[in-house]
Amino acid sequence: MNAEPATATAPKGGDKRMKMLDAAMRRQQFQPDALLEVLHAAQELYGFLAPEVLLHIGRSLKVPPSRVYGVATFYNHFSLKPKGEHTCTVCMGTACYVKGSGEILEGLKKEFGLGGNRTTTQDGKVSVVVARCIGACGIAPALVFDQEMVGGLTPKAAVARARRWTP
Amino acid sequence: MTGTESLEQIAERRLEARQALRCRVSVCSGLGCESVGGQAVLEKIRARMKEEGLAEASEVYPTCCRGLCQHGPIVEVQWKEGGQPRRHLYLDVDEEQAERIALAHAREGKPAAGLASHADDPFFTRQTRIVLANAGEIDPEDIESCIAAGAYSALQKALTEMKPADVIQEITQSGLRGRGGGGYPTGLKWSTVAKEQGARKFVVCNGDEGDPGAFMDRSVLEGDPHEVLEGMALAAYAVGADQGYVYVRAEYPLAIKRLRAAIKHAERQNLLGAHIFDTGFNFRVDVRTGAGAFVCGEETALIASIEGSRGTPRPRPPYPATSGLWGHPTLINNVETLANVPAIIRNGGQWFASIGTAKSKGTKVFALAGQIKNTGLIEVPMGITLREIIYDIGGGIPEGRRFKAAQTGGPSGGCIPAQFLDLPVDYESLQQVGTIMGSGGLIVMDESSCMVDVAKFFVQFCQEESCGKCIPCRAGTVQILSILDRITRGQGELGDLDRLAELADLLRSTSLCGLGQTAPNPVVSTIRYFREEYVAHVVEHRCPAGVCSMSAVKKPAAPAVERVTP
Repeated sequence: MNAEPATATAPKGGDKRMKMLDAAMRRQQFQPDALLEVLHAAQELYGFLAPEVLLHIGRSLKVPPSRVYGVATFYNHFSLKPKGEHTCTVCMGTACYVKGSGEILEGLKKEFGLGGNRTTTQDGKVSVVVARCIGACGIAPALVFDQEMVGGLTPKAAVARARRWTP
Repeated sequence: MTGTESLEQIAERRLEARQALRCRVSVCSGLGCESVGGQAVLEKIRARMKEEGLAEASEVYPTCCRGLCQHGPIVEVQWKEGGQPRRHLYLDVDEEQAERIALAHAREGKPAAGLASHADDPFFTRQTRIVLANAGEIDPEDIESCIAAGAYSALQKALTEMKPADVIQEITQSGLRGRGGGGYPTGLKWSTVAKEQGARKFVVCNGDEGDPGAFMDRSVLEGDPHEVLEGMALAAYAVGADQGYVYVRAEYPLAIKRLRAAIKHAERQNLLGAHIFDTGFNFRVDVRTGAGAFVCGEETALIASIEGSRGTPRPRPPYPATSGLWGHPTLINNVETLANVPAIIRNGGQWFASIGTAKSKGTKVFALAGQIKNTGLIEVPMGITLREIIYDIGGGIPEGRRFKAAQTGGPSGGCIPAQFLDLPVDYESLQQVGTIMGSGGLIVMDESSCMVDVAKFFVQFCQEESCGKCIPCRAGTVQILSILDRITRGQGELGDLDRLAELADLLRSTSLCGLGQTAPNPVVSTIRYFREEYVAHVVEHRCPAGVCSMSAVKKPAAPAVERVTP
């Protein structure tokens, strides 16, 4: 089984990344069963899953686009839209919730003018997303600022912390 | 073995090397400690020891979660005084204290002045540790330190001295039951898969710990991955499988990294792979990463996910034991269940059965969280009372507020009100009061929590996580949520409580999988014990705890208790 070469529809600057994605698929021997692993690899490379990338994966693994799209949209972890430069993840697990993570989320949303379907600021700087439980219940309420996990913040402190990204 | 050393030789070499050390310093590398600067503390102590010329004469290493996340970073120093082993457990260590600790032990061989040891705090002494026994002893990324603590000795014993049927016999005798929540007898599950005929069989470790408010499996996978891998290998030997998968949530990147490293290390030592311990037993393990779908904790959905599809469940039977991964017989066990297995094989089923109650044997790991002083990870014998867990180990409720309820079992469970504080915690007793053991999340709530709001929280969770395959769950969770939403806005009607009961019954009896069947549990349970709160919302249009917005009511009642955000 051979992957079709990356077509002109590849996202800008995607050449190298597309090669890396192909390598990841080759490691899985282009098995249709490896779809989830390949989507993980793609999201790690691009930060999100663009339609062209999904189509490319479908062709390479010989999986219909409907199934690729179905799987990519089924799982919360995959994002079909690009995220902001920085991401603040608010844990909404039970422990965090009873310790007030709801108020923290509201505070952040208000501060950055987010809400409804909008999770990223207009300038693409900051995304505020919700996690189902990041397993940091011992330090609830827990937030993740990019890769860094912080516990026990008040809504005010959380906003101040996120504002460091937008001086 | 591919290495020249046997397990015993490695263990002996490491233990002997320890004799010559001035001291051993372990720093908790659990998530709680890491988030408050555990890594910096570790590096500080290591650097200081080096400066003092003790780089060779001391061992400074990261270890698995000590459990008391509230008081991280946690540092333990072990040394000998007059031939007697001594240990000192420091809590809340900052960098300045780390410096003092390192200096005191390096120069004087004594604990740092003014810093008390908490090794004998009830939080630690009231626990019984089997799964978490190695906290403080091992560095999860150093396989030799794990071997020195006994890792893979049970596998060696099984492969060289026991038949697969003997292994199953020990597990059956131990009375071990599934720790993922269901409580199905592990020995029975194993013997079902062992009896199946098939060209291939698989062992799957379910690490899709989706319950919000639970982090036991995360801690075990991150802190002692070899314990889980050894349990999987023992299971594979017992049922005749040669391939295993660990399915871990994508939200746990450190667990995935440590597992992958542990598999590599074990393969290098010939503890996994082909001809393990020079026997005819082969077992390979691969890690599969979840992608954020709660329903994948359900076994048939998990199988679909490993096969690269949408994680939707399918009707059972056939059960995975008969037809699982790619149609082959598959054994699926939870992380904590498998982590119990090596100790059972090492010490015998009888030993394990001597701990716990008549029908619930051994220990259970709980993630203690919510409005409680000592949040963290604990392991207690089955049958311990809730009061002991919350007040003796957990230190009680902060700021003198009153205990209201404990929530177990996550979105599939229910709450335990104050009148059952002396209830022994085991599978049957919890079921009797309308909740479940669950995977081990234990959220403590005080009077600042509104039970209607809590029920709404869980239903919202289930509604969002419903996979949409069967209608009762897909539509029913939406209906329950809309009623609860109305109630918390102050627009509830008296008939709503009956409507909720009716919907709950419908979901329970007609949903395809556990998610839908158990989704109403938090609602039913809170109505059962806190009916008066629902009535206050519906009739008086006020929220007694002052949590719900009651936005549709013109004059909201003043909150009775101020909501505290620490």
